Amino acid sequence: MIIAAIKPFKLEEVREALTKIGVSGLMVTEIKGFGAQAGHTEIYRGAEYEVNFVPKVKLEIVVPSELADQVVDTISSTARTGKIGDGKIFVLDVAQAVRVRTGETNLEAL
Amino acid sequence: MRKLKLSLATLGFAALPGLALAQDAAAPGFDEIGPYIMTTLLFCMAGFLVFFMAAGFAMLEGGLVRSKNVTMQMTKNIALYSIAAIMYWLVGFNTMYPGEFNGFFSLGGQTVLDAVGVSAADAALDYASVGSDFFFQLVFVAATASIVSGALAERIKLWPFLAFVVVLTGFMYPISGSWQWGGGWLSEMGFSDFAGSTVVHSVGGWAALAGAIVLGPRLGKYKDGRVNPMPGSNLALATLGTFILWLGWFGFNGGSQLAMGTVGDVSDVSRIFANTNMAAAAGAVTALILTQVMYKKVDLTMVLNGALAGLVSITAEPLAPTLFGALWIGAVGGVIVVFTVPMLDKFKIDDVVGAIPVHLLAGIWGTIAVIFYGDASLVTQLTGIIAYGVFTFVASLIVWFILKATMGIRVSEEDEINGLDMSELGMEAYPEFKAG
Repeated sequence: MIIAAIKPFKLEEVREALTKIGVSGLMVTEIKGFGAQAGHTEIYRGAEYEVNFVPKVKLEIVVPSELADQVVDTISSTARTGKIGDGKIFVLDVAQAVRVRTGETNLEAL
Repeated sequence: MRKLKLSLATLGFAALPGLALAQDAAAPGFDEIGPYIMTTLLFCMAGFLVFFMAAGFAMLEGGLVRSKNVTMQMTKNIALYSIAAIMYWLVGFNTMYPGEFNGFFSLGGQTVLDAVGVSAADAALDYASVGSDFFFQLVFVAATASIVSGALAERIKLWPFLAFVVVLTGFMYPISGSWQWGGGWLSEMGFSDFAGSTVVHSVGGWAALAGAIVLGPRLGKYKDGRVNPMPGSNLALATLGTFILWLGWFGFNGGSQLAMGTVGDVSDVSRIFANTNMAAAAGAVTALILTQVMYKKVDLTMVLNGALAGLVSITAEPLAPTLFGALWIGAVGGVIVVFTVPMLDKFKIDDVVGAIPVHLLAGIWGTIAVIFYGDASLVTQLTGIIAYGVFTFVASLIVWFILKATMGIRVSEEDEINGLDMSELGMEAYPEFKAG
């Protein structure tokens, strides 16, 4: 599984690029988070407050191991803006996968 | 005992006029001051009904934009109303109603109200108080400005938009309004627009169209030949907004009778209420049926737009038609909306709430429809439609282009995607939720 946190406005670009390399499914969640990109200050009715979390989009993609490196590279290059807050990518091993409709497992499930 | 008391009281009251007559000269009777009082009352009440349309527009637009842009939409709505109020006092009202003028343009100054406790001798007894007239007309110009805010939502910067509102409400609307309601060249020519299908609605629509063209569509709206819907965040609010607009329209059309002091006038106001209501209902039902037939599912947003289009359609002549007339005129408005919303998308004109179909296109239809029951010819109506169209569209284009060149009118790509609430205002509408 590749877990990637990217800037929200990059989502469409990344989705298109991934589809091109053969990724057939992915999950997207809207999240807030922080890393090197600190928050910023806002004012509400005269009072300042820290917004510590920045909106990001999290992708979770499960692919056969051979495809993993390509997926990571694709996300990395497509989502990069060069500015702080571009995001992070993590790669995990998946113990099992099942297609609910048919019961197929592992590689056939993808 | 009670009967006796009543009789004594009646005797007492009967004696009073005698006493009064002994003191003043004849106290004015209803014939003299009644119409002024009733018409002033009509303007005040119709005025606050139309005022409430500002809430209607706000809710409708807020419900049809995505959550990340709701705060901005609300801010635009309350700001534009307030700016309109100030500009109309500063220069708009007297530019629109200059009295004797050349029929085309007369720049007016600030509005001054009647004196406190104005006496019957000093009041305009053949009409209404200045305050009521000013207030009633003011809420109309605010409606025009609201039309623009809906179409241009989700990608426009706040301050350039408000700068446009200043020009629209202080100058454009009053100047073109003077041609008709101010007694100018169009009214001399016989153009007929009872409550403003052209003067208000099409003007807002032309300004919105010009803005939508100069501003461009939202990111991702038209991609690779496809049209990508961006569903609204709260259809309950959108529906509430539509009902509030429907309510306000009774004031919008009813108040435009401009008189309530005679049997004929007050009955006319009731005719207008009934016709206005019928047109809205017909527009809604038409959209209901059409979307079911065309898309196999009713589209609530089209039903809402249909009701509003029905209202706009009857606005040029809400008095003369029979109820059946109001029905079919409103129904055509509904048809127009269902077909022109997708048509605008084909031309890549991104109108977030359907303001252009509802206000401009149904406004043109409503103005033409006057020929069926009212006093006008196709020639007079088309002349008015074209005059308002050319003036408003060209003037708007100029203003939008100037704003684009100086301040820039569109937010950056990243800001548009993250949402105007955060980027322009730093304040989310729904901070605990994350959606859209």
